Amino acid sequence: MKADPKRVLSGNHFINGNHSATEGAIAAGCTFAAGYPITPSTEIVERIASRFPRVGGMFVQMEDEIASSICLQGGVWSGRKAMTVTSGPGMSLMMEHVGLAQITETPCVFINVQRAGPSTGLPTKTAQADMMQAKWGSHGDYEAIALSPSSPQECFDYTIDCFNLAEEYRMPVFLMSDEMTGHMTEKVVIPPADEIELVERQFYTGSDKYLPYKREANGIPLMSKAGLGHHYHITGLTHDERGYPVLTKPVQEKMMTGLMKKVGDNVDKLTRYEEFMMEDADIALVSYGISFRMAYKAMEMAREKGIKVGLLRMITCWPFPEKPIRELAQKVKSMIMVELNYGQMFLEMDRFSNKYCETDLCGSSGGEVHEPEEILTKILEAAKK
Amino acid sequence: MAEKKGKKKDPKEWRIDIDAERCKGCGFCVEFCPKGTLAMSDDFNSKGYHPPMVANPDSCTYCDMCEMVCPEFAIWQASDVQKKDTHIADDLVRMDRMPHIWCPGCGIGTVVNCFVEALHEAGLDLDKTQIVSGIGCTGRVAGYVDLDSYHTTHGRAIPFATGLALGAPDQKVVVISGDGDLTAIGGNHFFHAARRNADMTVICVNNFTYGMTGGQVTPTAPQKSIAITTPYGAFDRPFNIPFIADSCGANFVARWTTYHVRHLQRAIKTALLTPGFSLVEAISPCPTLYGRRNKLGDGLDLMKFYKEKSVRFKKDQHTTADAEIGFQDQIMVGNFVNRENPSLLNAMDSSLKDKLGDKYVQWPIPG
Repeated sequence: MKADPKRVLSGNHFINGNHSATEGAIAAGCTFAAGYPITPSTEIVERIASRFPRVGGMFVQMEDEIASSICLQGGVWSGRKAMTVTSGPGMSLMMEHVGLAQITETPCVFINVQRAGPSTGLPTKTAQADMMQAKWGSHGDYEAIALSPSSPQECFDYTIDCFNLAEEYRMPVFLMSDEMTGHMTEKVVIPPADEIELVERQFYTGSDKYLPYKREANGIPLMSKAGLGHHYHITGLTHDERGYPVLTKPVQEKMMTGLMKKVGDNVDKLTRYEEFMMEDADIALVSYGISFRMAYKAMEMAREKGIKVGLLRMITCWPFPEKPIRELAQKVKSMIMVELNYGQMFLEMDRFSNKYCETDLCGSSGGEVHEPEEILTKILEAAKK
Repeated sequence: MAEKKGKKKDPKEWRIDIDAERCKGCGFCVEFCPKGTLAMSDDFNSKGYHPPMVANPDSCTYCDMCEMVCPEFAIWQASDVQKKDTHIADDLVRMDRMPHIWCPGCGIGTVVNCFVEALHEAGLDLDKTQIVSGIGCTGRVAGYVDLDSYHTTHGRAIPFATGLALGAPDQKVVVISGDGDLTAIGGNHFFHAARRNADMTVICVNNFTYGMTGGQVTPTAPQKSIAITTPYGAFDRPFNIPFIADSCGANFVARWTTYHVRHLQRAIKTALLTPGFSLVEAISPCPTLYGRRNKLGDGLDLMKFYKEKSVRFKKDQHTTADAEIGFQDQIMVGNFVNRENPSLLNAMDSSLKDKLGDKYVQWPIPG
């Protein structure tokens, strides 16, 4: 299905990443948002509050992030595409409801405009230190899908992708933006509506009793919504196909297998990355989000010095692009993860590559992006080995 | 579906049916039968409880008190002529999930009866009625009621319901949850939903304890009351739920106990038909964890206690501030508040229409 032209501001814009993400959500068909103010994400809810009533959307500012993160799920079961937006401390509060969306298989989008932590940390400064939280932050096991934009343009594009993935896999999806990407103003090209492909929710239309957790051939159960007469039951307890709580190991195992496999079986399809100058490289930078841009600059500087450096840029951080990383590790002699934390995605990269090559981290406390020279120093160290 | 109320029933047409296997022997039906029709039998069912029996069939007026008060859906009036052969809750309770998890003498099943009858009488479209619960004993209600139902996280039924009600304005959204869920962990949401006049009916089953986790103190537990986390008595002042809802601006506020099944049912019906935020507090026995520790006896003793200790709210004499519940003290019951303030949906809609004019695109009901 194509986007609704009434909802798409096609044309060239000079806007920041947060505003661009809002336009992405509107273009994606999001008509329900719940949020709570928090720096540096607030421009998104501000624009939502202003734009939604003009495009048939509903925005409600809730009393806190806990409320926002479950209010939006009520919005989803009313039949709408829904999202919330926050940053570090808010994301921590929302974590219980990430788990609820996982176990109830509620399609929705969480945008995390990351800032430096822990706790209140640096509210107005960038970081990428919630990457592990997106995968492991809520209790219990689950698979996550998270996309990392590095520019306002990608905030638009990837927000649409997040909504599409949420609907396709019937689960919460993260857009892992950051303060710098959110507040950076650049050219954003919003394409004509008929060039924007949307995934629509698949509702059950059969005449038998609706089973909210009966998996179709693709592993994804069909959705329902309030008022169709299905009289379904949705619970955060371990449940069977009927949605009824059954508190036994066999049912837990069956439910968990379904949850894990719907992502696990589709990792190759979900994995998105880009490679730059990798043909002859013997040192590989690996990065994502805003850090990718610094890594790219450092790669150019190293190339000028005659060092054969390439760059793998992860678009999906979750599921982790295990296969391309492992393949790359067998080609190069050294891999360096560039990220704004003390080594979160580095841990993932390291465990898939340290068998084959040297690995190193170009991390950061957050607060500012890397100077390309910092990354260059790491490259030079690797080149000496 | 409920038969017409107020009309005298022909005793030749009617009988009392008992499903002895559903019974947990609480004795509510026998005690509260106004005509002494019922008695406890000496028989045992397979669970080891004594079910009731019809001892004096001729005395029965088929008032349906036994049917309403039975928390196990185990006794009902039946008539071949009127084509009624099941409990009033049977069409709205997922009988494939019975027996429920509630203890003998727990009042939650009685509240379910009142809710179900209120739903029948309010004439709501059951395909367009949504039920949301949080966590705990009362949190299990959503799982047992055969509507579109949502068993959410602890304390967060109200914000979920807010999203559901805003997203689907054509649905009636009902929250049923316990006092711990709604006023402790969910207190903030409760205040704000009442303040916003969010479009929902909240039924708070208040048994003064966290039953599911073993009987810890809740914010409604009276001072001096014993809980497993207040073994020397509660120190802090309890919440007065109707007072909070009133002061936050709810459109309808009532409190009844599970002894007052008719009043409770009527209050829930009024709440269901009131636009905006409506709240009904149902004081309900937890014999296992509250009654026992506080020397109030079993479920039946607690029901008798409610009967004895209830005082009626009088508009000219009381305010909701007088409805605070002390230890082993009076319980003020009544319909406290009835307002007609615009609901959140209406306020949002008319404000946006006013400010945006032609540029306003009302959120369509999801098609």
